[in-house]
Amino acid sequence: MCPVDVRRRLRINDVFLLLIILKFGLHAVDAVWPLPQTFTSWTERYPLNPQHFHFGYRGRSAALEGCPVLDAAFKRYFSLIFPDYAPVCPTGNDKLRIREDKPFSVEIAVDGHYCESYPTEDSSERYNLSVSAGQACLNAETVWGALRGLETFSQLVYQDDSGSYFVNKSDIKDFPSFQFRGILLDTSRHYLPVQAILKTLDAMAYSKFNVFHWHIVDDQSFPYQSRTFPDLSSKGAFHPMTHIYTQSDVRRVISYARMLGIRVVPEFDSPGHTKSWGKGQLDLLTPCYRRGIASGTFGPINPALASTYQFMESLFKEVSSVFPGSYFHLGGDEVDFSCWRSNPYIRAFMQKMGFGDDFAKLQAFYIEKIVNITTALNKTSIVWQDVFDYNERRSSLSVVEVWKQGCYLCEVRRVVKAGLRVILASPWYLDLPGPTHNWARYYNVWPLAFSGSEEQKRLVIGGEVCLWGEYVDATNLSPRLWPRASAAAERLWSDEKQTSSVENALPRLLDFRCKLLRRGIQAEPLNVGHCRHEYQGV
Amino acid sequence: MCPVDVRRRLRINDVFLLLIILKFGLHAVDAVWPLPQTFTSWTERYPLNPQHFHFGYRGRSAALEGCPVLDAAFKRYFSLIFPDYAPGNDKLRIREDKPFSVEIAVDGHYCESYPTEDSSERYNLSVSAGQACLNAETVWGALRGLETFSQLVYQDDSGSYFVNKSDIKDFPSFQFRGILLDTSRHYLPVQAILKTLDAMAYSKFNVFHWHIVDDQSFPYQSRTFPDLSSKGAFHPMTHIYTQSDVRRVISYARMLGIRVVPEFDSPGHTKSWGKGQLDLLTPCYRRGIASGTFGPINPALASTYQFMESLFKEVSSVFPGSYFHLGGDEVDFSCWRSNPYIRAFMQKMGFGDDFAKLQAFYIEKIVNITTALNKTSIVWQDVFDYNERRSSLSVVEVWKQGCYLCEVRRVVKAGLRVILASPWYLDLPGPTHNWARYYNVWPLAFSGSEEQKRLVIGGEVCLWGEYVDATNLSPRLWPRASAAAERLWSDEKQTSSVENALPRLLDFRCKLLRRGIQAEPLNVGHCRHEYQGV
Repeated sequence: MCPVDVRRRLRINDVFLLLIILKFGLHAVDAVWPLPQTFTSWTERYPLNPQHFHFGYRGRSAALEGCPVLDAAFKRYFSLIFPDYAPVCPTGNDKLRIREDKPFSVEIAVDGHYCESYPTEDSSERYNLSVSAGQACLNAETVWGALRGLETFSQLVYQDDSGSYFVNKSDIKDFPSFQFRGILLDTSRHYLPVQAILKTLDAMAYSKFNVFHWHIVDDQSFPYQSRTFPDLSSKGAFHPMTHIYTQSDVRRVISYARMLGIRVVPEFDSPGHTKSWGKGQLDLLTPCYRRGIASGTFGPINPALASTYQFMESLFKEVSSVFPGSYFHLGGDEVDFSCWRSNPYIRAFMQKMGFGDDFAKLQAFYIEKIVNITTALNKTSIVWQDVFDYNERRSSLSVVEVWKQGCYLCEVRRVVKAGLRVILASPWYLDLPGPTHNWARYYNVWPLAFSGSEEQKRLVIGGEVCLWGEYVDATNLSPRLWPRASAAAERLWSDEKQTSSVENALPRLLDFRCKLLRRGIQAEPLNVGHCRHEYQGV
Repeated sequence: MCPVDVRRRLRINDVFLLLIILKFGLHAVDAVWPLPQTFTSWTERYPLNPQHFHFGYRGRSAALEGCPVLDAAFKRYFSLIFPDYAPGNDKLRIREDKPFSVEIAVDGHYCESYPTEDSSERYNLSVSAGQACLNAETVWGALRGLETFSQLVYQDDSGSYFVNKSDIKDFPSFQFRGILLDTSRHYLPVQAILKTLDAMAYSKFNVFHWHIVDDQSFPYQSRTFPDLSSKGAFHPMTHIYTQSDVRRVISYARMLGIRVVPEFDSPGHTKSWGKGQLDLLTPCYRRGIASGTFGPINPALASTYQFMESLFKEVSSVFPGSYFHLGGDEVDFSCWRSNPYIRAFMQKMGFGDDFAKLQAFYIEKIVNITTALNKTSIVWQDVFDYNERRSSLSVVEVWKQGCYLCEVRRVVKAGLRVILASPWYLDLPGPTHNWARYYNVWPLAFSGSEEQKRLVIGGEVCLWGEYVDATNLSPRLWPRASAAAERLWSDEKQTSSVENALPRLLDFRCKLLRRGIQAEPLNVGHCRHEYQGV
């Protein structure tokens, strides 16, 4: 029987036990990535037999049989826990197996019933997991926390040399250090087939990431197929049929992510980074001028036309209904003023508005209108730090994503001092590969190492790994992302003090990479060595 | 009917036609990679219907039905040429009933043999209405011609297949065009090696340099010394190459016209050997006592050479090719120096304190063993650099960075053959190490006689395994290795421009994706068929 509340049951001195474990060195059961906040394990181990293994709901659980998120997770994790298991034919092949008839069940209790909803920015991911003889008790406040606990449980199970499965007696109390743990994929520079996105979502769940930031469109292509403006993708995608995300593709990604407890944050970056938008939407982009005449090239979105805001409102209305999450990324980075400056109508508008020659004011004007549209749609807007940097009236802003290199913590400090929330991306730009950009670089990051009040530090809601697409597509996405992104995942989930050492983390990460290979994720090697099961997907 | 000799038939002004094509810009049919030596194509195009498409042998061909290399190639290239084709789907298709046949004639019959370092890869390919005539001196040349033909075929937007009228005379600029894979730092499943061999054939590479063992692991399962892998591999059962694995790789490579050159690097880079073979490595000493660590192979013991002879005898029989790579790079003298027995041996041999002499002594013995086994030895440049008596050497592989052409020049001046690897180290990835870096390489840009330049037999792409395994092998190799492939196959003058090459390489990368090769993108853009293997 599982106790009513695991939290009250632990009487033993956790710290003391942890020391014992550390002294005996790493064995399989320690290898949970990212490291749980409190993790006690014993050498006592229990054999698991796939034929006598069950997931179940406890009576007091708010979520019960029929909860789609957990029912699907039970199926998924059964295969992840027992990768060798093939249901035995009735011919009696099972006689060949060593029978371990002691049943084992993972009993789940969830406080709140969220089976049909989407994870939100406030969703608790806290869980307690206690493994003892014959059963594991998993308690969580939400189904999303239960998913995190199932992931942890799956990582606790290991096989001995003869292939038998074991799990050690363990007690875990776990919760994320940061609420927002994201990965950005860029589907504009290169189109990523939906399958590549889904596979990335799987791998994200293994590292307990919870946000997929979908940088869906940019200069190079517009693969989002809009219901309202179908020309955007039919003219702006690399190919109007094969290189687009249909409404059902997008729905599939969102619902797949939901089942993994991952939120999808769409980004429609503007007013810059919008070249591809112009192909399907006339008069949206600013015509650039050379020596007084329109040169035929186009710059950022035209902020001087009322039609621009009508268009943006319609588009964002659609996008807001398609993406159920409350966050909406508005971009706002790297706006090139030269085209605006060349255009006489823009300059006239500047005069009318009293902006003088300060194009940052024009940009701020544009962004404020866009933020207001977004707010009216009941969404929280995220912007790249550029918007914060040039905008004097920052009250309309909510969440700022810090991406520039250099002293990024200085910027974080400035943003939280202004009372705004921060997502940190600067140290986790993964586009550059190679031994000089190895996992330790992304592990040795301390998002809160700036002087500020507790309240200010709480405004740092998390961080994000950015995998820009200039040199990345489905051919190299996985090895470029994994396992380096997992280093960031541990920084964002785990206790900073317990995970401050690269040396201590290395053996766990090596083990975790092998787990990723076993699960079919093309995670590249950290250095020389081997995994029991090498990647077989070639 | 195919003419008897395509070479004599071309009367038109090739250069003039080529200019016309260049003027009209790149269209699908120009996109052959690596670029053929002489390539003329016309805008006249012929539809191909998979159901009325055949490969055939011409009467005068020395290789006929039953030639395993070509019979298998016909099957393989049919699928590569018609990737959409599924038998039975035919009712839905627009029927194009004109038959088309690729008629092959090979001068010499090599169907059962292995490609050698002298094998001709020359071929002539002439595509006209209803047929393509492919003439080659060997089946290996015919394979290269089939690859070219497969790249000439393209699909229009409706999915119909076409090939343009074309005339191609082609042969490689360099005879040795290799790729090194390192299966010691990380074990590569056999399937990953076979897939790489496939991709190599698409870029007309012809040598797989198998750096099979090194410090970190010894995955080669020796018949004579089974302990080498049972104790020296990462895992004695799952992380080894059995004799049948090795045979499978060699015979798979043969079918693609690729030679397999094994490397058993010594006396350094041998830590893993010591686990399964006692007394092979030099015990290192610290303050006069054996420290328990080991250095390079012990060159002072007669047992060492007996062991090496037995091992190499086995390896020579397993690998049918005539080349055998002996390594010889990066030997650390400190362990030898620490060992009193080695120092005593040095004194006895009159080497003084010059450990390079000891190394030369070792290598000469190993080279002699190899020569007695009727193999040509390849060594890394280190062996050439420290060895005063170079007469026993044959082929030197230049790998160090810096002025590598200076080294090439030194080697050819000594009358030895050169394989150039320095500019084609692909372990570093990323935008700064892009394909252009590997394309802008001029292996013969040193002052020397024609005869000396002929000693540069080719080059090699090295993909060392410290940070590479089956998870990232393909995107790290392709399409960057293809840049080296064009440098080694094509005419230097016609392929001197990165800008001109880019559109062809972009097209070629898309072909690789279509064929299931995980070739990474060169820059922003798309392929009609993206990689679907996720």
